[in-house]
Amino acid sequence: MSSREDILARLRKNTRNTYDKPEVNIHGIQYDDPVAQFIHVATTAGGARLMELKEGDDLNAKIREAYPDARVISSNVPGVKADRNPDNVAEAQDLDGTDVGVIQGEVGVAENACIWIPQTMKEKAICFISENLVILLSRHNIVNNMHEAYRRINFNDYGFGTFISGPSKTADIEQSLVYGAQAARGVTIFLTSP
Amino acid sequence: MSTKHSIAARQFNEDADKVTHHDNTFWSVRQKRDRMAQALPEWEELRAAADQIKRHTVTHLADYLEQFEANATKNGVIVHWAKDAEEYNAIVLDILRSHNVTKVVKSKSMLTEECHLNEHLIAAGIDPVETDLGERILQLMELAPSHIVMPAIHITKEQVGKCFEEKIGSQPGNCDPTYLTHQARLHLRDNFMTAQCGMTGANFGIAATGDVVVCTNEGNADMSTSIPKLHIVSMGIEKLIPDYDAMGVFQRLLARCGTGQETTVYTSHFRKPRPGGEMHIVLVDNGRSEIIADEEHWQTLKCMRCGACMNTCPVYRRSGGYSYTYFIPGPIGINLGMLKDKDANYHNLSACSLCCSCDNVCPVKVDLSAQIYRWRQRLDEWHHADAVKKTMSMGMRFLFNHPAVYTGTLRMASLVNHLPSFMTNFRLNAWSVGHEMPQFAKKSFHQLWKEGKVRK
Repeated sequence: MSSREDILARLRKNTRNTYDKPEVNIHGIQYDDPVAQFIHVATTAGGARLMELKEGDDLNAKIREAYPDARVISSNVPGVKADRNPDNVAEAQDLDGTDVGVIQGEVGVAENACIWIPQTMKEKAICFISENLVILLSRHNIVNNMHEAYRRINFNDYGFGTFISGPSKTADIEQSLVYGAQAARGVTIFLTSP
Repeated sequence: MSTKHSIAARQFNEDADKVTHHDNTFWSVRQKRDRMAQALPEWEELRAAADQIKRHTVTHLADYLEQFEANATKNGVIVHWAKDAEEYNAIVLDILRSHNVTKVVKSKSMLTEECHLNEHLIAAGIDPVETDLGERILQLMELAPSHIVMPAIHITKEQVGKCFEEKIGSQPGNCDPTYLTHQARLHLRDNFMTAQCGMTGANFGIAATGDVVVCTNEGNADMSTSIPKLHIVSMGIEKLIPDYDAMGVFQRLLARCGTGQETTVYTSHFRKPRPGGEMHIVLVDNGRSEIIADEEHWQTLKCMRCGACMNTCPVYRRSGGYSYTYFIPGPIGINLGMLKDKDANYHNLSACSLCCSCDNVCPVKVDLSAQIYRWRQRLDEWHHADAVKKTMSMGMRFLFNHPAVYTGTLRMASLVNHLPSFMTNFRLNAWSVGHEMPQFAKKSFHQLWKEGKVRK
């Protein structure tokens, strides 16, 4: 018998009482102003910066304003002037050295500042290898909690997506909080209006 | 007769400052967890749902595994099944060899620890590089984790500084945590760039979609899987949950319970291999399908390894992870260790005061302390009962079964107060270690009641 058959047979034989699937219908926390709550969590616990983009603001000028010293910008977001494009690089390694990666977020979550980022580029490494990230997020796409978020997220053919709530961090050395562990050292969320 | 835990704990307690620091560290994590819990009106509703979902899933595991496998396969992922650690190690080695891998970047996985994968890979000439900062520190120092979520919590920044100076060439004498973390970043970045395979564990597997979900703060699981083209997931079969409705519940509980954060920085869903890459999932049993048959202990399979039970445990906080004989410490580790090998791990059963704090913080309501109590009832049958405690228990049984002797003894008890302390603070009386014995009252409660001196 293969290990697969063996494991499945043993599980079926050994299971005693069974329990029915519960109806999961949690009434998740609601906020009077989910956008304000999102901004609060993102800029405190999340450790991100936040800039609001108004109608008519120039996206590239805003990126420059957020990261004036950036030499290498990588992105495949339409309209972003980028030095490298994660769709065109030969290997993920070619994105190393990116000062600012600009990516599109789809859903923001007020309770924990998570932003759903589905893979929309050949090399998802851009979301992690960049020294800093700019995440674009529409203020109209902010939900209260993770239950609402999981009902809204989409997958495409790339078959990968991640919630990111801010810069990479660690407290592994004596509980001291340090930003910039292995992935982005800094995150700036661009909250857009449309 | 002392257990290995109590002997090791006594050594740990010789350094009072270290114990206090360890205790305070974990108590602060517990307090952060409490603040998270109190901020959500639906907290207990979440725990109840998590318990019910896990109960349901682990008692229908074969069905969910088949569903998960079918969906993952449909997504282009290659699924393997390993009945034990040996088979698991062989499967991983086989995948690595067939891809000519010489270096693997690994994100934290207690399962690979359980199966001793790293030793196996090193013996085969493959370099497994741990990429979680804490795990990397321990790997460079050749030490084991002392906690499942904060593995290097017991190491000082001076020790890290010295290790990095020797192993990765950081500045001598610099032990600033920010500096050291960024040195590790550069060192690990080199490894991410050159490894041919990334390995991750799995916090959750979602049967309905075939997703593997990995949660980290450092982003190391994502770095490990977005640069090398080969991704191997190691997943204990109990990690499955049914669907996204369930995922919402567990995502909200995991970081809040484990580290007192609203969320981990990254919650990554791996559904398909990368463009031009390969993704493998190894489903590992290694004893789990036997645990489900154990009517007293099957609920350990609900555990999602958040670490909340050890953070709150007064014995863990004051004895440290290395005092336990099993690689997972704290209340859940005591139980998992017994399920793995009771003769090797019964020592940990003494590491519990039955305060039940773990039961109250466990997000999936594993009956941790009740399980420890039940193991203890069988120690004698396994010939691991403490001879001194056994004698004292037999004496107490005699006393409580003979009311006249009991009452007589009690009447005399206050005489003990007049004995010099060396006669009561003796080694047989474990309560006297570190305490002065309390004074016996001159009259018992029973006597006072009879005399009408007890008022409401």
